[in-house]
Amino acid sequence: MTTGSSSNTGPTHKLVEAGVTLAIALFGVIVIFGSVKAGINWGPEGPRAGFFPFYIGLFILASSAINLWHGLREDNDGLFAEWGQLRQVLSVVIPTAIYVGSMPFIGLYVASIIFIAWFMRWLGKYNWIIVLAVAFGMPIVTYFIFERWFMVPLPKGPIEEWLGL
Amino acid sequence: MEELVNLFHGFAVALQPYNIMLMVLGIVLGVIIGVLPGLGGANGVAILLPLTFSMSPTSAIIMLSCIYWGALFGGAITSILFNIPGEPWSVATTFDGYPMAQQGKAGEALTAAFTSSFVGALFAVVMITLVAPLVASFALQFGPAEKFAVYFLAFCSFVGLSKEPPFKTIAAMMIGFALAAVGLDSITGQLRLTFGVTHLLNGFDFLIAVIGLFGIGEILLTMEEGLAFRGGKAKIDLRVVLQTWKELPKYWMTSLRSCFIGCWMGITPAGATPASFMSYGIAKRVAKNGKNFGKGEIEGVVAPETAAHAAGTAALLPMLSLGVPGSPTAAVLLGGLLIWGLQPGPMLFVEQKEFVWGLIASMYLGNLVGLIVVLTCVPIFAAILRVPFSIIAPLILVLCAIGAYSVHSSTFDVMLMLVFGVIGYLLKKCNYPLAPLVLAIVLGDKAEEAFRQSLLGSQGSFGIFLSNPLVSTIMILGLIALFWSVIQEGYTRLRGTVAGPGSRAA
Repeated sequence: MTTGSSSNTGPTHKLVEAGVTLAIALFGVIVIFGSVKAGINWGPEGPRAGFFPFYIGLFILASSAINLWHGLREDNDGLFAEWGQLRQVLSVVIPTAIYVGSMPFIGLYVASIIFIAWFMRWLGKYNWIIVLAVAFGMPIVTYFIFERWFMVPLPKGPIEEWLGL
Repeated sequence: MEELVNLFHGFAVALQPYNIMLMVLGIVLGVIIGVLPGLGGANGVAILLPLTFSMSPTSAIIMLSCIYWGALFGGAITSILFNIPGEPWSVATTFDGYPMAQQGKAGEALTAAFTSSFVGALFAVVMITLVAPLVASFALQFGPAEKFAVYFLAFCSFVGLSKEPPFKTIAAMMIGFALAAVGLDSITGQLRLTFGVTHLLNGFDFLIAVIGLFGIGEILLTMEEGLAFRGGKAKIDLRVVLQTWKELPKYWMTSLRSCFIGCWMGITPAGATPASFMSYGIAKRVAKNGKNFGKGEIEGVVAPETAAHAAGTAALLPMLSLGVPGSPTAAVLLGGLLIWGLQPGPMLFVEQKEFVWGLIASMYLGNLVGLIVVLTCVPIFAAILRVPFSIIAPLILVLCAIGAYSVHSSTFDVMLMLVFGVIGYLLKKCNYPLAPLVLAIVLGDKAEEAFRQSLLGSQGSFGIFLSNPLVSTIMILGLIALFWSVIQEGYTRLRGTVAGPGSRAA
């Protein structure tokens, strides 16, 4: 898992940090907006539902403003990460998103088998025997530990139904 | 004396064969969790929490707390052998542990680390045994204002003591509070901040947040670094153990000091990580051969390990007696209590004697079992680390997904977990602390309830938080904690000395 050393470019830390700070500030605005909708003043039973979160939202907004100011003032020309590194991160995030998104339809077991196999074959470049052993072994062990011993049901899809599990 | 009787009763509970089996299982799982990247104490316990739904609360907490001890032990293995801190609190252990391993003294370093961990934990457990019942009976008199003051103190110490910039800590904490507020308002029964999304009716579960922020986020960080494990083999034989044990009593002063630092930092919810750094820093300044620190000094392993384990254990004291967890893992355990139908806080000592004392007794036994397990099985655990990350990573991701699903049997939660994972990655990279965020999600509702109830009692006047000596003292302590770094800076400037290791850049 070495990253391409030739590409020493990427988004600067300053830029990403400013983005994150602004996203947090936006979150604060949403919280304030929602609180106002729920009512921030006193009702017959004391402070209304939005009272507490309203001030939390104000705190988020205020601290984000300070963080933004600090972040922009800082003399930090470093990179947040190289593009190659970010590609590594995305090569996990995207398949995981597909894995998670497909779970309601094909169940956890089938999704896990495909996900593990993909990961090991694509990123690890293992030969198929090891890939299949781990990809099938782990969900089977999981099945016995969770569903049989500890009675925790996990999501199942059409294939499990067809197998009668 | 009554406590002693209770404790013996607790030992009787913890010594049942079934519970001992769970203890060993928990320790082994815990060490594995501590050794693996991406699985830490907090999310490891969170993932395995659903397994305990069918157990009795006492057995469940014994197993989960043993996972916690195991994770504390496990962090030392990776730090010493591979220079990779498995847990943030073992970063300081790498400073002298890894050089020792490179000099071929891995066995000594590991023995010293495990033994110090054990000593630190034992010290903290004794403290819990003696102090927790007193704190709990004292806390029984707390009204809503005092309760809020305790939460205030807890969160202020985060801001003042954490090494991240204070306003980032505040921002992270407030995000947690806001997430906790989403959904049904517990006092008025009104919906808020859901924006019409039915999935958000019950708000955000902190277990999902823990699994995402710590588990997925950590995996993403590891992927980015393209971590390749390199490191030596570890073997501990009895001769090395005995030899190291003969040498360790020399450092009793360091040990004792680290125990106190650890207990203090563990109770205030700043946690094990700063405790280990602080203890290392002080030991380096005080020790005779402090100049050699960083080159493989055994005392440099003893100090941070003792403090980290003492802090990790002491973090359970406020969780048990006040319902305020001192660390993210303690917060997850607290969440477990709620799921098993127990109300954390002072009443626990009155209503659930068997549970509390069973847990305390299991802390003694669990750490003893842990010491034996890690000393004998180090080679096996070290071998786990040689399994390539491209096999470990998908398995951990699948485990995280299972853990997130089984909390509420909801696939929406699994997607939420991934979102939290990406957020965790970004926040961590931008130097936002995650622990206060998680603690705020856990405690948000309770803190808000205490806050609103106190204001109700005072007709909206904030004077209620300074209305009697007790609540004023706690609030003032909170303010001191909040401005601690400012106070410290002013103090050092007054004395005209250079700032200590507290100013270490992250």
